[in-house]
Amino acid sequence: MATEILMPALSPTMEEGTLAKWLVKEGDTVSSGDILAEIETDKATMEFEAVDEGIVGKILIEEGTEGVKVNTPIAVLIEEGESADDIEVSSGGGDAEPAQAEEALEAPVEAAPASAPATPKAKAVEPDWPEGTELKQQTVREALRDAMAEEMRSDANVFVMGEEVAEYQGAYKVTQGLLDEFGSKRVIDTPITEHGFAGIGVGAAFGGLKPIVEFMTFNFAMQAIDQIINSAAKTLYMSGGQMGAPMVFRGPNGAAARVGAQHSQDYAAWYAMVPGLKVAMPYSASDAKGLLKSAIRDPNPVIFLENEILYGRSFDVPVMDDFTVPFGKARIWREGTDVTLVSFGIGMTYALEAADKLAEEGISAEVIDLRTLRPIDYGTVIESVKKTNRCVTVEEGWPVGSIGNHLSAYIMQNAFDWLDAPVINCTGKDVPMPYAANLEKHALITTAEVIDAVKQVTYR
Amino acid sequence: MAARKPSAKPNVSPEELKQYYHDMLLIRRFEEKAGQLYGMGLIGGFCHLYIGQEAVVVGLEAAASEGDKRVTSYRDHGHMLACGMDPNGVMAELTGREGGYSKGKGGSMHMFSREKHFYGGHGIVGAQVPLGAGLAFADRYLENDRVTFAYFGDGAANQGQVYETFNMASIWKLPVVFVIENNQYAMGTSQKRSTSTEEIYTRGAPFGIPGELVDGMDVLKVKEAGEKAVAHCRAGNGPYILEVKTYRYRGHSMSDPAKYRTREEVQKMRDERDPIQSVRDLLLQGKHATEDDLKAIDKNIKDIVNASAEFSKESPEPALEELWTDIYADEVPQGDAVEA
Repeated sequence: MATEILMPALSPTMEEGTLAKWLVKEGDTVSSGDILAEIETDKATMEFEAVDEGIVGKILIEEGTEGVKVNTPIAVLIEEGESADDIEVSSGGGDAEPAQAEEALEAPVEAAPASAPATPKAKAVEPDWPEGTELKQQTVREALRDAMAEEMRSDANVFVMGEEVAEYQGAYKVTQGLLDEFGSKRVIDTPITEHGFAGIGVGAAFGGLKPIVEFMTFNFAMQAIDQIINSAAKTLYMSGGQMGAPMVFRGPNGAAARVGAQHSQDYAAWYAMVPGLKVAMPYSASDAKGLLKSAIRDPNPVIFLENEILYGRSFDVPVMDDFTVPFGKARIWREGTDVTLVSFGIGMTYALEAADKLAEEGISAEVIDLRTLRPIDYGTVIESVKKTNRCVTVEEGWPVGSIGNHLSAYIMQNAFDWLDAPVINCTGKDVPMPYAANLEKHALITTAEVIDAVKQVTYR
Repeated sequence: MAARKPSAKPNVSPEELKQYYHDMLLIRRFEEKAGQLYGMGLIGGFCHLYIGQEAVVVGLEAAASEGDKRVTSYRDHGHMLACGMDPNGVMAELTGREGGYSKGKGGSMHMFSREKHFYGGHGIVGAQVPLGAGLAFADRYLENDRVTFAYFGDGAANQGQVYETFNMASIWKLPVVFVIENNQYAMGTSQKRSTSTEEIYTRGAPFGIPGELVDGMDVLKVKEAGEKAVAHCRAGNGPYILEVKTYRYRGHSMSDPAKYRTREEVQKMRDERDPIQSVRDLLLQGKHATEDDLKAIDKNIKDIVNASAEFSKESPEPALEELWTDIYADEVPQGDAVEA
């Protein structure tokens, strides 16, 4: 009986990939464990092994094909005596496949395919570059790498350390190519000892260097949080201004997809609470680049919260010699009159999508991306609330002590008379992240919840 | 303050010996005064005295050269005095005054001096160990031949981050001397009750880090071991461990009733092994100094310590505006940065 070989998902967030190379040809006999093909994801090139025995009856996807969706049939395996001509290829994969594919597309965000542009319809009201600047499409991942490479070129004391940043080219490929350009002195693989290497990074900053400490994810930075807060954030104060830690702690933060409670957590509100730290959480590629360059130059310790799901998204990035985005300046992604949506990081995905759908219903939402959480651009938020008189905050983190809670209090104290409805905080649910696909989807915030919140505050 | 000229011989000159006597006695009298001021309510919070351990820092500072760095725990007053920080600034920090090294914002456990390459003063047990390795990492990156002394206690020697640091310091050959100041009690828990080995210095062996046990009540032995360790690091051979066996006469902090050991145990140490008394004996027996010479040193130290106490009382409390300063740097702190 013929067996379809499907495009595999090789990472939690993979939605599609490139079939880089076939290592078998039609007519070859394969047994389980044989390497069939090389598949390139946005993170790495992986070898794909046969699970079953058989003869390669037909190759359905040519090597070099990009954007092959997970679960697409890529080849057919036949048994002795069968003919490749008898093969009927299903259009969408095997029997068990549709449910998975649907989940893959929907969870955890209603995302465009990883490589497709996610630039929203409404243009930024206040772009960070001069009018007429040439723009190029770039993924968040590439923008982050370029930011580090540019700063490493201009300052010999900038170096990057972390797990798999060098020879592996980055667990999420963010540091791809840096080892080749800057060498092993400045691109340093560490053992899996976050507490220790974070402390060594802080010490190196005391000693005059400008470290970029990559955490494979911020979940693992909890092992190092003492060094981040007690050593990096507080030393300038405790030394009466004599010495501090000019450095960046960066890595993916928040939920990825289907990795469960210990690997899915948004630390935005945790770090935003700490005086002495600066905290950036970009959404777009241009902000990722501009803010990371600012972070590396900043004389203070900066927590730079990235997002695995956003890594593969493309946005317009200005082609400029030295493009930076200042801390403490929010970006208004679309102007509106009926409600202010305030978000940051991946939360912007929901906010922008909700704004699009609300527009269809005649509700005009102003969408603000805070971009940095310490400092926060309160002015832009208050000004907007004074115009729209309503506000909904959107973030993936937990509800208690959230950034939304803080903004609500700030708005109440500074624009109470302008409010026509209580501020609503849309957040992740107050639960550890479940593994099951349907539960995970409900644990995260959804665009529908944002739309509902807007309807509540606008009394629709 | 300490004699800095590295000596190839274990023997030291009478001048150097007198200097060690001076430096150790300064620490002891300073700490006694700090204890007094604590009793008077002028020093608050936690205050960890170094009395009994003086030979450790004085011996190691004698092995250090200009530009070498040091970082330690919260029992840090002795380290600061030994590396030449101003007693007035240290005492005024203890009393939380404007004239203190951190303008009164750090206190006993959190003091720093960029000028003297003293990187704290850290209140979290063991946290200074990776920081010390990081300082050494910076020196190796900047390609100079400086060495960092990372001091920690026998209690901290059970912290996980210490071993993470041993591993990285070894694979990256960092020029750091890990100094385990083993005063035999982690707060109130004796080494026997808390630590799987009696020989903590051997814990570097699995990481390929050489280590040795040093008599921390003998300043000359400490200096000699320090010189060996520093030479090892400076030559690019990577880290070195010195377990310096010492003893603190006072409690863990000022608020420690010290019920975990007997009065007799402490008294025996004081009578038989006191590091200052033994140098005093050496000076007198070798006729390198007369009673009068030593009296003059004692008097000089008394004056320095009294002056620091006066300064620490007279220096005003920090202005309220200081609450809001030094949270963020306006510019990159002065470091040893190279030009891009």
